Amino acid sequence: MADAPLLEVNDLSLDYGRGKSLFRALDHVSLEIHRGECLGLVGESGSGKSTLGKAILGLAQSVGGEIVFDGREIQRLPPPMRRRLAKDLQVIFQDPYGSLSPAMTIGRILAEPLRVGGMRYEQAKTAVGEMLERVSLPREWIDRYPSEFSGGQRQRIAIARALIRQPRLIVCDEPVSALDVTTQSTIIDLLIELQRETGVAYLFISHDLAVVRRICHRVAVLFKGQIVEQGGGEKMTTNPDHPYSKRLLMASPVADPTEQARRREAWLQVRTGQA
Amino acid sequence: MSETVALATAEVLPAVQPAEARPQNRSVAFRFLTQPGGWIPLLLVLAILVLAFGAPLWGLQDPMHIDPRVADQAPSADHWLGTDSTGRDLWSRLVWGGQDAFRGAAIVLVVALILGVPTGLIAGYHGGLADGLLGWVSDVLMSLPSIIILLIVAGLTHQNADVLMAAMGVFMAPGYFRLTRSSTIAVRAEPYIDAARVAGISHTRIVFVHIWRVIAAPIVIQTAMTIGVALGMQAGLQILGVGDSQAPSWGGMMSSAMGSLRTNAWLIVPPAAMLGLVIAAFAIMGARLGEITGNRSEKAKHLTRAEKAELAGAAAARAAEATQPNQDLMVAVKGLKVTYATAKARVEVVHGVDLAVRKGEVLGLVGESGSGKSQSIFALLGLLAGNGYAEAEAIWVDGQNVLTLPAAKRRALLGRTIGYVPQEPISNLDPMYTIGHQLVEPMRKVLGMGKAEARAYALELLARVGIEDPARVMGLHPHEVSGGMAQRVLIAGAVAGHPKVIVADEPTTALDVTVQAEVLELLRELQREQGMALVIVTHNFGVVADIADTVTVMKDGLVVESGAVGSIFAHAADPYTRELIEASSKTPSRAALDEGGVGAGAPAKGGV
Repeated sequence: MADAPLLEVNDLSLDYGRGKSLFRALDHVSLEIHRGECLGLVGESGSGKSTLGKAILGLAQSVGGEIVFDGREIQRLPPPMRRRLAKDLQVIFQDPYGSLSPAMTIGRILAEPLRVGGMRYEQAKTAVGEMLERVSLPREWIDRYPSEFSGGQRQRIAIARALIRQPRLIVCDEPVSALDVTTQSTIIDLLIELQRETGVAYLFISHDLAVVRRICHRVAVLFKGQIVEQGGGEKMTTNPDHPYSKRLLMASPVADPTEQARRREAWLQVRTGQA
Repeated sequence: MSETVALATAEVLPAVQPAEARPQNRSVAFRFLTQPGGWIPLLLVLAILVLAFGAPLWGLQDPMHIDPRVADQAPSADHWLGTDSTGRDLWSRLVWGGQDAFRGAAIVLVVALILGVPTGLIAGYHGGLADGLLGWVSDVLMSLPSIIILLIVAGLTHQNADVLMAAMGVFMAPGYFRLTRSSTIAVRAEPYIDAARVAGISHTRIVFVHIWRVIAAPIVIQTAMTIGVALGMQAGLQILGVGDSQAPSWGGMMSSAMGSLRTNAWLIVPPAAMLGLVIAAFAIMGARLGEITGNRSEKAKHLTRAEKAELAGAAAARAAEATQPNQDLMVAVKGLKVTYATAKARVEVVHGVDLAVRKGEVLGLVGESGSGKSQSIFALLGLLAGNGYAEAEAIWVDGQNVLTLPAAKRRALLGRTIGYVPQEPISNLDPMYTIGHQLVEPMRKVLGMGKAEARAYALELLARVGIEDPARVMGLHPHEVSGGMAQRVLIAGAVAGHPKVIVADEPTTALDVTVQAEVLELLRELQREQGMALVIVTHNFGVVADIADTVTVMKDGLVVESGAVGSIFAHAADPYTRELIEASSKTPSRAALDEGGVGAGAPAKGGV
């Protein structure tokens, strides 16, 4: 059982709309994530990467296929059992502004998952304070509102909320793409550090191959709802096989004029009428 | 590892604000009660409530006591407000009448809240069939002629005031329903509601904790307004003669005063003034609450025309002395400062920035949010928001000192000398018009082309920016095209007047990387073909490496460093520049970080 993956997605399909406006967002997608592993899911807007995250979190309904977490199909669990799964399965969203309730202090926001587990706020406060320190925010800020924090600080709060019940998998949906580039790297390194300490697994959804390269052990490329290639992080971010993965890589600019000129030449080679 | 901590602290700590700088976090109640617009009407309403419901305690005369001997008396020590045509004491009737008014308003409120709010929550949160059904009921109620139905109800119930007010509450319920429903739908779409669901929080708790906190404010505001409307309608019905004419009520008093308007006009004044006062008090409280809860940010102060003219005049006088820069320069900005006026203070966001772009060259203007890069660009274009203004020693564009130009001439530079490509392509196109219209109209105005000529030119440009089937795209509306295509359209518009310099403000930030590469390639091609200069604003040194010849790095409203791309990449002098370059450089892969024992916080450079 030790080698069985933590999460298995088998042949998952998902549609939006109905009738004529039916749109297949996910088309027979399969992947697996092991304990303590970070799997990157890259693709462009509309590729279905966020939809897959939502399906795993129970926020979108599939039309076929299975999602097996820790040996158990989780898609059609009765609501109370699904809610119990929240202890193990968490999320960090992209938008650091919309993902924290503006009307609650960060203490209340972070304590809420614990209170669902039956803890009183006074008890939860200690755990919340510790968690704040782990994401490098002072404990004393517990009574402040989200509006008082910068984007990077809010994302730290969102990370703290995701981690507070010690989950086994966190779906990170573009967690740094709304942040300044210098803030991005500190958040990524924080996520790596926390993964090493706690052994949590990440499904890391992103469009940015450079970020994915730093944090992901393996990478899956999603294109029009299908996974076109999966492989190790090193290979996928330097020399992937599939033409689309190549195009994606060559289109990402790198901060080195000589290297970038070479990359642009390579991109002009693989670029096909794709606008 | 220590570097992670150092970086983290650097990012975290500057935002620590002293307590006194955070007035917006005072509770809504505190802020309401400390404003004259809050406490004065509240105190007034409370005083009238105490006066009305304490009526038996004040030793007032019997409000129903008829005494023809003292009919139609003017105000006196015995009768403070005088008497009416049957000799009843007006002051006493006014005070006792308050009970009837507030009791009626309370019934209306309770009924409207009970019927409107829970249904609105259900409809907004669950949507679907329940929403459709409840929405239909609400629409039907709103389309009924309420006054006529209330009169029928009054007739059927022998003018039972409580039943009548309850019926009025039913007609007020759709207001609450629609408000609650639309607020709930808006909150429901927020990511934090999804986050709460993932955290295993039940629907009941989500509704009562998360959604309720946000929709409570608009409901309270609506309530202040509803009370005013209810009082007004109640009085209106009483003026029409509904209700017991003996029992004291404000509307009833007005109704009987109407009968003797010619003989004693004074009778209408006390009840009308009282009703007006109470309704106004509730309206002011509602408006004040709306301001407090709706707008947490500081109000922008728009500069008056005179202030602007004065600032521009001063700037022009100084700029007139500026010496013409090097002939090779297409754009030269010296000592640019940008200031925003808020209600309380003026805040300078750009503190003296120099920019230089040579003819036919590409300048990358790099910085993160808050660096002032976009504000500098807006100042250069003369497109600052209404409460912002720019000062500079000089702004030269194509050999013209633009600060000394009259406003109309300066505007005329846009489109002909300077082309502009914005950040958010879709929102910079008007959703109401077709793409063709938005390309052709400026061509006719700015370039003076005929309709057919402009259309042919637009088709040619669209083909040039890589749009297949331009004729079809001309007929589309902005929502029908992708972000990449919209950006191509805007670029076509920007180059239409053969400008000598293009200013592009983060033109690829909102786009996918493959689309970004296409747009950068297009800008590069156009720039070379037409020999234009290009200013490209970005936060990504990868984009700089791709397209720029020179680079200027900004931070906190100042230039950190500028120079040729080659030398900046090879040996940037400033640590912040190096940090930005590293952030976009090739990083070690995760496998290398894990196996090589390289700490997560180790410098990103020098990897695999």
